[in-house]
Amino acid sequence: MGDGYTGVIWHGRGGQGAFTAARLLGASYVSAGGGRRALAFPAFGPERRGAPIRAFTKMSETAVSNRSEMTSADFTVYLDSTLFRGIDDRCTGTVLVNTADEYGDPRIISFDASALAASILGSPMSNTAMVGVLAAIWSGGISIESVRKGIEDTLPEHLRKDNIKVAEKAFRAAGCRH
Amino acid sequence: MNHSFISGNEAFAHGVMLASPAVISAYPITPQTTVVECLSQMVADGVLDSEFIYVESEHSAMSCAMGASSTGVRTFTATSSQGLLYMAECLPYAAGGRFPIVMMNANRSVALPWNIYGDQRDSLSQLDCGWIQAYAQDAQESLDLALMSYRIAERRDVSTPFMVNLDGFHLTHTYEVVDIPDREQADEFLPPYSTENRIDFDTPRNLCFSAGPDHNTAFKLSEHAGISRSRKAVAETEEEFLAVFGRRYTGLTEEYMCADAEFILITLGSISGLCRDVVCSLRKSGVKAGLLRLRYMRPFPAEEISRTVAGAKSVCVLEKDISFGFAGTVFINVCAALQNAGICVPTLNKIGGLGGRDITEEDIRDAFGDMAEGKTGIGFIGMGGSGV
Repeated sequence: MGDGYTGVIWHGRGGQGAFTAARLLGASYVSAGGGRRALAFPAFGPERRGAPIRAFTKMSETAVSNRSEMTSADFTVYLDSTLFRGIDDRCTGTVLVNTADEYGDPRIISFDASALAASILGSPMSNTAMVGVLAAIWSGGISIESVRKGIEDTLPEHLRKDNIKVAEKAFRAAGCRH
Repeated sequence: MNHSFISGNEAFAHGVMLASPAVISAYPITPQTTVVECLSQMVADGVLDSEFIYVESEHSAMSCAMGASSTGVRTFTATSSQGLLYMAECLPYAAGGRFPIVMMNANRSVALPWNIYGDQRDSLSQLDCGWIQAYAQDAQESLDLALMSYRIAERRDVSTPFMVNLDGFHLTHTYEVVDIPDREQADEFLPPYSTENRIDFDTPRNLCFSAGPDHNTAFKLSEHAGISRSRKAVAETEEEFLAVFGRRYTGLTEEYMCADAEFILITLGSISGLCRDVVCSLRKSGVKAGLLRLRYMRPFPAEEISRTVAGAKSVCVLEKDISFGFAGTVFINVCAALQNAGICVPTLNKIGGLGGRDITEEDIRDAFGDMAEGKTGIGFIGMGGSGV
């Protein structure tokens, strides 16, 4: 966001896979090669299940040297809608919320990732679906093939197949709507 | 070469794996834990043929590493913060015994108040223990330092233990693209370790002995000479590294736009990346800013610092450390180097990032602004005022 990189802030609760999503997105982005670079890191500290956590992905065609946290970003993703408190008028980025609700604000994109994940994974683990949604709305940023590669590089083998299915389905669904 | 998206700790673990230490002794502590987890997994998976010794404390981790090193084998350990302080008694012991142990330290604050986040007060408190100290700025350099540290430490003319510092979380837990070298490249660069400084039943010798007032100074002088010779060893090792891996490093320091700089920021570790961005941006607006990154704190790059800042109008040292009652430890060292070289330049000390507090772009711009205004003394970033 004006710093030579595309920034993503992930909000979730401990155990929902927000940091995994941050890593997965970074791995997906760099898998396209061509000198692409990314940083992925959590808001540092002890891990606590259920507590609000943040994670960050910074992506660029060249090296990203700023390792500080972001307070605003090109994309802000909420894996848990109870953490979303609305956006203020200064927000210039896009907000993605995992919810069945609609907000009636063009800057906010709703997607029921938990329902999609539950239908395929048997659990509402929404992170890979939201990566798929992000890939669909970030024009020119990342292809679904890259997301597939990112999942293969990041997730343990037994989780890959179904999560690729989740990401692809989310990518298609979000792509149709936006 | 393998392009991977991994954390600093994982990158370091891969470097250690390629160095194939015969013995790893370690005790886990945040944010070092994942590096030893990763190595113990490699041993369990059979991809690393090392004796992994789970010890009950950091004091034992270093004692165990010394015992292993005294048998003449390559040895690794890792720690952080309170763990480093707990093993502190053993650090000069390993240095005095001339055991070229490599240790990764995940830089973390020290209690009290209890805090698991990153700053550099742990390693900087141990500058005098006789170890070489390097500070990485990204995960690639971390991996590369894992390999280079053994090459430097094990040289006969150096024979000094080596502490590689990675900023806790900012490096240890941040994922980025890293080139993992091939086994063949690593073997070409790093020969197997062999030494006469070991327990040998055929040629018995006395190791780890006492030395009274008559001989003690001679041993300390020899130790000082060994670590001082590592300056040359760093330069030569980086040439060898470049030849094999194609990546160039710049010795004890790294300069960025310092040649004609009026205002030079001196710092170390992972914050250097953001500082470089700020220097680049200030240059675009006509400010003659420069950055000098200290890659090593021991041996101390006194000559490099003096040479680089000789023509500057002002110098600021930004560090994640404070030596209570005086100033930041890096600042104290820099000022001594300038005084010895007869360089008289206004010096400012910015203390930031303590206990993991974020250092922002604005904080770094402020440091350059304060230099331009001719400010000197010590300031704690974000605490208001510039002096104490």
